[in-house]
This record gives sequence, structure tokens and C-alpha cells, in this order.
Amino acid sequence: MAAPKKGRRSPGGQGRPGRVLALILIAMVALTGGMFASGHTTPRLGIDLAGGTSFTLEAKNQPGKPNAINKTNMNTAVGIIERRVNGLGVTEAEVQTQGDKHIIVNIPRGTNAKQARQQVGTTAQLGFRPVLVSAPAMKAPEPTPSTSANGKDNGDKSKGDKSKGDKSKDDKNKSSGSPSPSASTQGRPVTDALKADGTATPGATATVSPSGKTDDKSTDGKTDAKKQDDKKAPTPTPSAGDTAALQKKLDAVDCTTKDGRAKANADAANTAPTDPIVACRKDGTTKEILGPVAVEGTGVTEANAVFDSQGGKGWIVQLKFNSSGSKKFAQVTGDLATKQPPQNQFAIVLDGEVVSDPSVSTSIAGGQAEISGGFTQQSARDLSNVLSYGALPLSFDVVTEQTVTAALGGEQLRAGLIAGAIGLGLVIIYLVAYYRGLALVALASLACSAVLTYTIMVLLGTALSFALNLPAVCGAIVAIGITADSFIVYFERIRDEIREGRTLRPAVERGWPRARRTILVSDFVSFLAAAVLFIVTVGKVQGFAFTLGLTTLLDVVVVFFFTKPLMTLLARRKFFASGHPWSGLDPKRLGAKPPLRASRRRPSATVDPKEA
Amino acid sequence: MSRLGTLGARLYRGEVGYDFVGKRKIWYGISILITITAILGLAVRGLNMGIEFSGGAVFTTPTTSVSAEDARRTAQDASGHTAIVQKLGNHSLRVQVSELTTDQSRKTQEALAKKLDVSTDKVNTDIVGPSWGDEIANKAWTGLGVFMILVVIYLAIAFEWRMALAALIALIHDLTITVGVYALVGFEVTPGTVIGLLTILGYSLYDTVVVFDGLKESSKDITKQTRFTYSEIANRSLNGTLVRSINTTVVALLPVAGLLFIGGGFLGAGMLNDISLALFVGLAAGAYSSIFIATPLVADLKERDPQMKALAKRVRARRAADAAKAEQGAVQDEAAESAEADEDDEPQDASPAGVVGQRDRSAGRGRGGRGRTSGKRR
Repeated sequence: MAAPKKGRRSPGGQGRPGRVLALILIAMVALTGGMFASGHTTPRLGIDLAGGTSFTLEAKNQPGKPNAINKTNMNTAVGIIERRVNGLGVTEAEVQTQGDKHIIVNIPRGTNAKQARQQVGTTAQLGFRPVLVSAPAMKAPEPTPSTSANGKDNGDKSKGDKSKGDKSKDDKNKSSGSPSPSASTQGRPVTDALKADGTATPGATATVSPSGKTDDKSTDGKTDAKKQDDKKAPTPTPSAGDTAALQKKLDAVDCTTKDGRAKANADAANTAPTDPIVACRKDGTTKEILGPVAVEGTGVTEANAVFDSQGGKGWIVQLKFNSSGSKKFAQVTGDLATKQPPQNQFAIVLDGEVVSDPSVSTSIAGGQAEISGGFTQQSARDLSNVLSYGALPLSFDVVTEQTVTAALGGEQLRAGLIAGAIGLGLVIIYLVAYYRGLALVALASLACSAVLTYTIMVLLGTALSFALNLPAVCGAIVAIGITADSFIVYFERIRDEIREGRTLRPAVERGWPRARRTILVSDFVSFLAAAVLFIVTVGKVQGFAFTLGLTTLLDVVVVFFFTKPLMTLLARRKFFASGHPWSGLDPKRLGAKPPLRASRRRPSATVDPKEA
Repeated sequence: MSRLGTLGARLYRGEVGYDFVGKRKIWYGISILITITAILGLAVRGLNMGIEFSGGAVFTTPTTSVSAEDARRTAQDASGHTAIVQKLGNHSLRVQVSELTTDQSRKTQEALAKKLDVSTDKVNTDIVGPSWGDEIANKAWTGLGVFMILVVIYLAIAFEWRMALAALIALIHDLTITVGVYALVGFEVTPGTVIGLLTILGYSLYDTVVVFDGLKESSKDITKQTRFTYSEIANRSLNGTLVRSINTTVVALLPVAGLLFIGGGFLGAGMLNDISLALFVGLAAGAYSSIFIATPLVADLKERDPQMKALAKRVRARRAADAAKAEQGAVQDEAAESAEADEDDEPQDASPAGVVGQRDRSAGRGRGGRGRTSGKRR
């Protein structure tokens, strides 16, 4: 008979069902072990089942934008915060507005509240600004007279000539480079270089002498207003008047202390993107005067946290720009590359703070950039997450932070569980009544599926913050039906084969390819639904899609690697093979035709003509 | 089992069977009736959108020892809407109720204050926005659209366009009925119910595809025989998979029924009830539509295909010939007839037990070999 041939072709076939079974058992044990090793033995529950932490955010009025707190902006903010806290859609956080200027963010228990708070509150205004001046972090001890003088000279020109001003930046940078071969040249460029060669730590940089700096600066100021021969660039640069003020500011700013930095950040964050700012480096080593935003954060379409193993920079955040963003970025970096240090650096500024300030040696095309500098895995992930979803239109203060209980009362949940258990009991009774011995296979498969689903959900709870909410539980209940269907389709195939007069072993093998096709085709539809919904949607729908996809995949895994091999093994047992009345495979009860091997044609005549 | 098992065997062999396809008009009628009722219900009563979609009022109470469950009942009774109650860290309560009129809102506030035994102004009232913003809803719609297009394309490739179309109609049928039941019963639409709806969408299609797979297999070599029309084959395939359909539906519905009837009996209205009702109606509709709507629709469409028309003609011709032959009572034809019957029968299933080996060989090649032979012979 051809059965063995078929068996070989099908995975988990007759060849070595034992091994396949062992494999999946090992996988189950490993997952269970992993679950215990991870220290969590229950899945993370969504806020509707377990409660969590609730933040209330209050929108702050920003200078220069009096009417910024309106419905549209609040709704945009809700959308962005939602995606930030719900990055993969599986964390089951809830975000809603309350009143006119409050946003409530509910986060399920077990989430890192501190991290969440940061994610929620960060405005994430990202900008790429050229570095004009770089100075050590402490307060400038000796403000040089040249600075102020300069400032007065060109004070009138400050903001008026936007179209021209910009070019001057580049010129200024060029000219300034030569007169200041100061200390800033030393450590810097290497450290944060955009290309993967930088190995030094950011902290090791910036041994600039303040005086040299200031000189440098003033030179800039002068040249600034005069030359204007460069290519176009959309944003204006500071002219000398600003420069003086900025220099003063720079001197005043103290980046070595936390408070000083916070003040500087807030100040910088509230400056319009078209104005230059004074900002601190995140690590507190340097303060810088930065030109207007050259490339806006809105040009970033995607941000990813990556471990840079080659360049040795540790965790970095890779950015992808959209087409206009990447064009601008290529142009700006091209310009900067021609400058002398430190003007060949550009600063990546996030909410008024310089995250990193790499130097540029060539124009960077291709729409990619990376931010490096002392990230941990967590901070790199957080930053990339925040950048991916864009800046909030408003800035917010977290005004309260409270724990909340589950929205679904404990009573309801308990009753639901009892009801579910009774339902499952009924399923078992039905299966046993109908399939008898085969029900063992079905129940073992369901149990296997349950173990896999449970452990994977627990592990994902740790890894992806996957949280199980009520809809997901319901999805799992429906999944019982879909999983059981796979066995039922297979069992019915086997029984059909037995009705044909086959003995069990060939029936098991011959029924499989047809059952397999049915299972794959129909599960593919379910998986398609899950994949599309996961990709296209956000929030809870995404969480649901995730659960659906997971259970569908597990269904296929269980049927292929558990049910089928188990069936093959059982078919060798006498209890099943002989068609014991309790095996559920009794040929007589199934109404099998007598296995008449001799006559080819005869039997069908007795049966078929009755139809039609 | 034995009785059902035997029934399964008889269904399998076509000894008994329900004429799903033949009586399709009745079932179409019933479905259209239900669907119209659902749409009417939807139009007249509308959907009762939950707080997650429409926003509503939020009441924040001072610190209290009243349990969340009691507060929920109070708020629900006073407002007539489902309330969501959460206990905050400082033992105060946050009560959310969907869209209320000013009057209702005041009533709820007073009721809560009374329950908590504090003055009314201690219960803070505020307006809360939807936690399921338009964005989530819109994206869910987009996802649904994209999915439907993809699934039609997939089914058109894996099966054929007629089946894709029928599956889509069955799907819309199921969703309409479920939504209609919601409108009629007046349950609040929550994210849970939307997700229940999506679950149904997945299940309905899944079930239809399983049935279609059997249909496709049955009708593989249909043009190479002249005993059955497409509709008859479709009907037979339906009866053949009937046991599976019943079993699967029972297994899928039992846990949900437990949740709905037992859970509902315990608790009265609640989030669980909403979801399990959506699931119960949807799963039942899904199983029903695969058998009573989708497959007859395919048969209907198929019978319009010129090839199938020609087949139906041949079948009629042959039956007429058979009848004529039978009248002649030519006994010696019996053997040849039955031999041919066996050949013709191939596409369904009933190759006799004795030919396992041969069947296996051809099965490896998609069973085309034998079909061709028989076609030639004819």
C-alpha cells in the first residue's frame, strides 16, 4: 500500500512520530521552564481585568502659542500618547481626554510606571541643529569683551533677513574654522562621528578652552552678515545681534548641575525652531550654541534602537527620513562637512537637550542617520519609540499618578471564569460522548495548545508587555473552537477512510493530506485576518489581532506536531487499531463497508446509485 | 455516538441527506428576512455606543468605603447606562458613564453622593473623551476593508471567484445579523463587542473556507462525469461535511454559551454578557451561513457557467437514456453500468475498498489519471 509513502511526505508522518512528539514535548517543557525562569507565572492582565496606574496629564500653555490647547491638539496628543504607551498594541493601555485640558492615561499593573510616565510626558520635539559654538559645561568664568562688542554692531539685523541669514551660517562656519584651531578640535569629531568609526566615549571629549571659544564665536558674528553666496537653505541663522545675546546666555548657562540643565532645556525647548538656542549636552559635558533647526523631526519616519556591535558605540538609535527630510539632511550634512570643527557638527536636539552632536565628514545621503552616545538598551528603545510616533503638539505635566482597580469587577471576572470552565466541561463531555477514545487525542491536543498559549502569553508579557484583556480572553475562547475544528476535520477524514473499508493505520495516513490541506487553507484565512488587522490598526484591535494570529499559528503547530504524530502512534495500539467500541473508530459503528479486497467494482454499485 | 455515527456514515455515503441546495430559496428567504429585521433594528433603534466610543461623564468621589460594585449599581440605576467604576489609589472612586444629558448627569451625581453619604458637590463631575478615539475606529475600518479585499483575492486564487464572492456575502450576512441583534437588544457597544465582531469575522470565514474546501474536492473532476450536476455534488459535499460542521459548531458554541447563559444568569448585564452575546449570535450565524447561504450561492453561480450548463444538459440526457434503458429492463447492462458508475463516481469519494492501491497511486498525482481514463472511455 501506498500509505507509508504518503507518511514520509507529510511532516510528522509515520516515519518517526515519536521524535516529533518528543520535540514538541521538549518545547513545552522548555517554554514552561522559561516561564518559571522569567519569574512570572501568570500572564500580564489588561487594565480591565487587573487595574493599573492612572496618570492625569495637564496641558501647559506654551509661549507664543496662546490657543494651542484646543480640541484638535488634545486629540492629536491622545493619539500620539496612545501609540507611545501602546507601541505594539499589546500593552492594553488606555488614553482619553478629560475635561478641556487633561488627558488620562491608564496603564495596566506590572508596567514600569516610571518609564511609562516618561514616555507619556515627553514632548519629543526633535530637531537637527548645526553647532555654532561648543563650550565646556560650567559657567563661563571670563566673558570676553569681544563678544558684547560684536553683538552691538550687528544687533539690528537680527531676525529680519531670514532668507539671507541662513546662508551666512554656512559662511560663518567656514570662516570661523580657521581662526579657532582651539581645543574643541581634539576629542570631539571622533567621538560622535556619524559613521561607525567613533569609539571614544562621549564623556572623554570637550576639553575646550573658554577663551578660544569666545573668540571663535565673535569671528563668526562678523563674517556672518556679510557673505551670502551659498546655496539656498530654508531656515535663517542668527545674525550678530543674536549672537551676542546668545553668547551671554551661553556664558550664563550651567550644564554641570541637574537643575542648570533642566533650566536650559526648558528654555531651549520653548524657543521657536527658527531661532538659535543655547543647549546642554545630555551628559552634562558641554554646552553649545546651536543654529536654527535645519532638519525637523517631522522628517523622521522611523526610528529603531539597534546595538552597534561593529562601531562599539553600544546602543544607538537609527533614524529614517522621508524623502524631503533625507534631501534636506543630505544637503545640510554636505554643507557641514566642509566646515572646520566644531562647526562641522550638528546637534540632535530633543526637547531642548542635545542628545548627541556628531561631526560630519561627508554628506550623508540615503535618508538615514543615527544617534549615539551613552544609551542603555532601555533608553535607546524609549527614544526610538518616542521618535517614531512624533512630537506632541502640546507639552504636558503629569499632575496625578494613582493606582486604579479593574474596570471589570472581580465578581464578574470570577463568574465569567466559572462559566467558561463549565462551558469547557461541556465540550469535554460532548467530545467524549461523540468521539470516545479519540476524544483523548482531542483533549490532549487542546491541553497541549493551552499550555503553549499560556506559556507564550506569559513570556510575551515579559518580553513585549503583552497584556491579556477581556477581548483577548474571548478570542482565546473562540480559539478553542477553531483549534478543536482542526482535530474534528482530521477525525472525520479518518472515519471516512475507515468507512471506505480501510484499516486504521492506512486511514490515519491517507486522511492526513486531505485534512492537512483543509486546515492550512482555513487557518491561512484566519492568519490573514490577524496579520492585516495587526499591521493596519492600532490599540486594542491590534492586541486582538495579535492574540488571533498567535492562536492560529499554535493551532497549526499543534495539529502538525502533536495531533498527527499522536494519532500515528495510537493507530499502532491494538485498542484503536482493532476498532474497540470505545475507541471511537469501530468500523461497524461507523458503518464501514466490508473490506472486500478482491472485487474492484462490486461494492460501489450497492451504494452509489441510491444518490441522485 | 453510535446513532450519530451511523448517521455520519449514511450522510457520507449519500444515503440520507438534506437538500440544502434544492431548498435554497427557502433559506435565502429566511436570511433575507433576518437581515432586513437586523437592518431595520439598526435603522430604528440605532446602536447604543459605549463610553469608550462616545465619551461621557466621569464622576470622581471623595475617599469612601463604598465598594466599586455598589457604586456601579447605583450609577447604572440612576443613569440607565452601563457604568465603569474604578477604585483609585486613595480609595476614591472614578465612575464613568457614557453620554448623559445634563439632567441624567445631575441625577447620577446626586445618587452617588447619597450612596456615599456626602454632599453632592463633593462628587466631582467632568466630561471625559472617548478612550477609543476616532483614529482607532477608523483604522479598524481600514483594516477591515483591506482584509476583505485580500481575502477575496486569496479565495479567488485558492478556490475561484464565485466562492470568494459567496464567502464575502456570507460574511456580510453574519456581521449584519450580529450588529442587528445588538441594536435590537440595546446592548452597549464597547471595544469588547467590536472585537467580538472581528472574532466572528475570522470565524465565519474560517468555517466557510472549511466547507468550500470539501466542495472543491468533491467537484474537482466534475466535468468528467455525467451522473451529477454541480448542485447535486455541492449538496452531497455539504452533507458529507455536515457532521464536522455540527461538531465544530457545538464545540465552539459551548464555552460561549456557558459564558452567556450561566455567566449571564449569575450577573445580569455586564461586559462579559455583551461579548458572549456577540460571539454566540455571530458563531451561530457563521456556521449557518456557510451551509445554508454560501454553498447554495456558489451552486447558483456555478450553474450559470456554460460548462456547468452543458454538464447539466448531459446529466439530463443521460438520465433520460438511463430511464429508457431501465424500461427496456436490459439485465445484461447491469454490469457495465455499475462499472461505469464506479468510474464516474470518482470525484466524490466512493472508490471501492478493493482499489486502495490504485487509488493511492493516482492520488499522488492529484487523481487526474483516472479521471482522464474514464473521460476517454466515455
